[in-house]
Amino acid sequence: MKITKKEVEYVARLARLALNEKEKDKMTAQLDSILQYVDTLNKLDTNNIEPTSHVLPLNNVWREDVTRPSTSREEILANAPDQAEGFYKVKKVIE
Amino acid sequence: MNYEAVIGLEVHAQLKTKSKIFCGCSTQFGAEPNTQTCPVCIGMPGVLPVLNKTAIEYIIKTSLALNCRVNPMSRFARKQYFYPDLPKNYQISQYEQPVSEHGYLDVQVDGNTKRLGITRIHLEEDAGKLLHEVGSRQIDGSYVDLNRTGVPLMEIVSEPDMRTPQEAYAYLTALKSVLEYLDVSDCNMEEGSLRCDANVSIRPIGQKEFGTKAEVKNMNSFKGVQKALEYEIERQIKATEDGERIVQETRLWDADKEMTFSMRSKEEAHDYRYFPEPDLVPVVVEEKWLAEIKQALPELSEQKKERFIKEYHLPDYDAGVLTADRTISEYFENTVKGYANPKAASNWIMVELLAQLNAANKNITESLITPVHLRMLLELIDKGTISGKIAKTVFEEMFISGKMPEIVVKEKGLVQISDEGAIAKVIEEVLTANAKSVEEYKAGKTAAMNFLLGQVMKKTQGKANPGVVNKILKEKLI
Amino acid sequence: MELFAMTAHELSEKIKNKEVTSQEVTTSVFQRIDAVEPKVKAYVTLLKENAFKQAEAIDQKIKAGEPTGALAGIPIAIKDNMNLKGAKCTCSSKILSNFISPYNATIIDLLKKQDMVFIGKTNMDEFAMGSSTETSYFGKTYNPWNLETIPGGSSGGSAASVSADEAIMALGSDTGGSIRQPASCCGIVGLKPTYGRVSRFGLVAFASSLDQIGPLTKDVQDSALLMNAIAAYDQNDSTSVNIPAPDYTKSLVKDLTGLKIGIPKEYFVAGMDKEVEQSVREAIKLLEKQGAKIMEISLPHTEYCLAVYYILAPSEASANLARYDGVKYGYRTPDAKDLLEQYEKTRGEGFGPEVKRRIMLGTYALSSGYYDAYYLKAQKVRTLIKNDFEEAFKHVDAIVTPTAPTAAFKIGEKTDNPLQMYLSDIFTISVNLAGIPALSMPCGFTKNRMPIGLQIMAKHFAEETIFKVAYAYEQNTDWHKEKPKL
Repeated sequence: MKITKKEVEYVARLARLALNEKEKDKMTAQLDSILQYVDTLNKLDTNNIEPTSHVLPLNNVWREDVTRPSTSREEILANAPDQAEGFYKVKKVIE
Repeated sequence: MNYEAVIGLEVHAQLKTKSKIFCGCSTQFGAEPNTQTCPVCIGMPGVLPVLNKTAIEYIIKTSLALNCRVNPMSRFARKQYFYPDLPKNYQISQYEQPVSEHGYLDVQVDGNTKRLGITRIHLEEDAGKLLHEVGSRQIDGSYVDLNRTGVPLMEIVSEPDMRTPQEAYAYLTALKSVLEYLDVSDCNMEEGSLRCDANVSIRPIGQKEFGTKAEVKNMNSFKGVQKALEYEIERQIKATEDGERIVQETRLWDADKEMTFSMRSKEEAHDYRYFPEPDLVPVVVEEKWLAEIKQALPELSEQKKERFIKEYHLPDYDAGVLTADRTISEYFENTVKGYANPKAASNWIMVELLAQLNAANKNITESLITPVHLRMLLELIDKGTISGKIAKTVFEEMFISGKMPEIVVKEKGLVQISDEGAIAKVIEEVLTANAKSVEEYKAGKTAAMNFLLGQVMKKTQGKANPGVVNKILKEKLI
Repeated sequence: MELFAMTAHELSEKIKNKEVTSQEVTTSVFQRIDAVEPKVKAYVTLLKENAFKQAEAIDQKIKAGEPTGALAGIPIAIKDNMNLKGAKCTCSSKILSNFISPYNATIIDLLKKQDMVFIGKTNMDEFAMGSSTETSYFGKTYNPWNLETIPGGSSGGSAASVSADEAIMALGSDTGGSIRQPASCCGIVGLKPTYGRVSRFGLVAFASSLDQIGPLTKDVQDSALLMNAIAAYDQNDSTSVNIPAPDYTKSLVKDLTGLKIGIPKEYFVAGMDKEVEQSVREAIKLLEKQGAKIMEISLPHTEYCLAVYYILAPSEASANLARYDGVKYGYRTPDAKDLLEQYEKTRGEGFGPEVKRRIMLGTYALSSGYYDAYYLKAQKVRTLIKNDFEEAFKHVDAIVTPTAPTAAFKIGEKTDNPLQMYLSDIFTISVNLAGIPALSMPCGFTKNRMPIGLQIMAKHFAEETIFKVAYAYEQNTDWHKEKPKL
């Protein structure tokens, strides 16, 4: 096994995904088979190979420090599931 | 057993750019909630970040001033965690390749210089704010304000080189001075433009290995950092002596109770899943650019202090006070432009101006007395137009009204009387009225002289030139 | 011929010559939609009212003799992962089912400048994750050639809309084959441009280092025309490349003399679909006849592409999709007792199984202790794959392969086996990993009359070479003129 149900539960918490028991079992099996497949990469020796994060050799792309008008609050909050007094509103954070 | 503390600080300083790090929204503090946002900083589906060049320049400046090695290539990375003030639920930060590393800052502690290492400096975006109450009114839930989201933030991580809370305080003060001199951050802990977390552990003196550290957060002043560290070190020593095990944890400083408390978070251990930010390309700093920025670096406090001693012949103490804060040093230099007596200016600024500002809870940049006006005041004293004592009265009026010294002097009729005839006339009157004291003086009681002098000053409401009075009085009494 | 059945370049001529108006073309397209959309289900949102307003304004402009864009008045369909201000942008997901874009993607502004008419937003695999358009929250899209088969994915709605004449042209996005594979399934032309050639600003990110927007069209000339409209440097996309875009229609010449075309042996393996192999081999012969020199080449790391992709794409996606949390926009679970539950339920209920699977896979690959073994390893192998192509393009100008291992498969056939589904992209993924451009065009039919796709690749920014090869082939075949019977 490449991945256990316990690991699936840990990853689901990290990703903030509620999964029911059935989903967890199915997920464990499916991720396991994908990870088995991915194991094929270990056939390759990549010790002296640089990783590729960007496929094109670009660097130093930036903008000048100039302000632009912000979007109106009404427009920004128009999509909010819950809002009050000009704020987004969420369930209380339990610390 | 004797213990020593091991302290490292992580300082977050907001950079003073006009616009945010990845979009054109303003960074102005204090706007109405959610009025300084756009699809980019709010993390709408499909948006992309574009780096603010000034933010990079500011962090390179800081790196050079803090003797760091600027990496030829730095990269951004995504740091992932869920929190409502982080709209993308990842923070664009730097991980493996920060802007700079391996620097140091020299600080003065108890008259000795100590070199404190700086591990790294990196650039990242600030998060928004979460509110649990509005004023004192509790909300059912939490409010999110994303104005601050995307303000450029510089994280300066020190080496665990500090051994006492005083050293931590000195480090912060010195660091603040550097950032203010560079004009890259407002360094206002109350507004949150400067934040500091401390890592602290203890170990028996002589032991090489570090103890288990606690991360202390939530301090809102430099003094608060010092106090929190003092408390935390005591707590750890006591716990160790009581046979308890120190656990690695985050503790919050409660400024009212003056204690630290464990966060006891239910959160899982941090697993930030950093990976290179695919939406931003690397920053490459070539020698030429670095040299240009170096060339344009302003004079920092230490260099300025040396120069003040040399150029203005100020005592070490004066130069230190005047250069600790960039704005004060600038005020001083503007005051003494074309003025021959810098020490007098230094005295007036250190003794009168800073005290008055302090009492009024104002910054020197807010002073109604401009450097030019202060210079005029000094010149009035030098010319003998007013006495030093009268000058204090004039100064107080200037501090409140912002008027020019000549105008205050004129309005209040405070011009010094130096006319010998006029003074002689007043002296005659005083001598006549105080025949007894004259006799005493002639009998050898020299103290009577001071009494007579005081009477003359009283009669002229302090405006008589003391030198002239002295001279004529002596002549008359012989 | 009905207006809806024409190509954009044919209609453009007619609109310019004032033979027809944009409103007439738009009317024709919406009549076609009324007739066949119930069968095909290519769209998530139709923008009928707005489309007619646009068409009317453009007709006014043309009437007044004002200058207009090369594609003025042409109705276009937009994949529902591109932001069009004021319209829903759902990514075919429950979690964005009520999201209304407050801004335009750069490509939308560019198309507006061309005076194009937006017909609607097309269905797709949820967040572009899939090869069959079966994972959409709003239901499946059906292949116009056979309604029991998939249209390919993830740009299945865009491909089906063009194939069924429900749009004159369409935009799709391609992360691992999501333009080319559906183009192949639906018998049309689909191009994935060089990474950085077309702005990604406003394209809802799936895997940022692989995503690219491109045209889905009825023929090669239309593809070149649409590329002329969208290929541009964009200051809002840091990965956009500041190289001026050429006039791609200039590459539409028939002569292939001296052009070297590589055939990678790794793409023609034992056990491959016979009909696909035969069609592609015949296409290669035709290219040779047109003057191209055919050479066998090797792309030795081909067998690793899929594994690399299924680490890198989900990893990037796991971060890109973290923002869908029910705080700022989109779906929020109606019952949660605290913030943690609000997050977990919102995302648990808002995402479909395939998206969850990829978020889980990506989160796992980046999590503490696994980064080096999975993510870093995959990035290194990506370098090897990129190097394969760099080496190959030292010897050849273009590479030709099948687009997909098979023609469109039956609906439901692979939904329960993710790995089988992922294998649909086995010939297209390498192109995204290397960042090069590639085009798919029809090159024949199976005995069941399902289209087969030919893939043409070239080096970075060599879209012109691709157009040259594609045009030469198209001018000597009639596959692109075939229409599905609906």
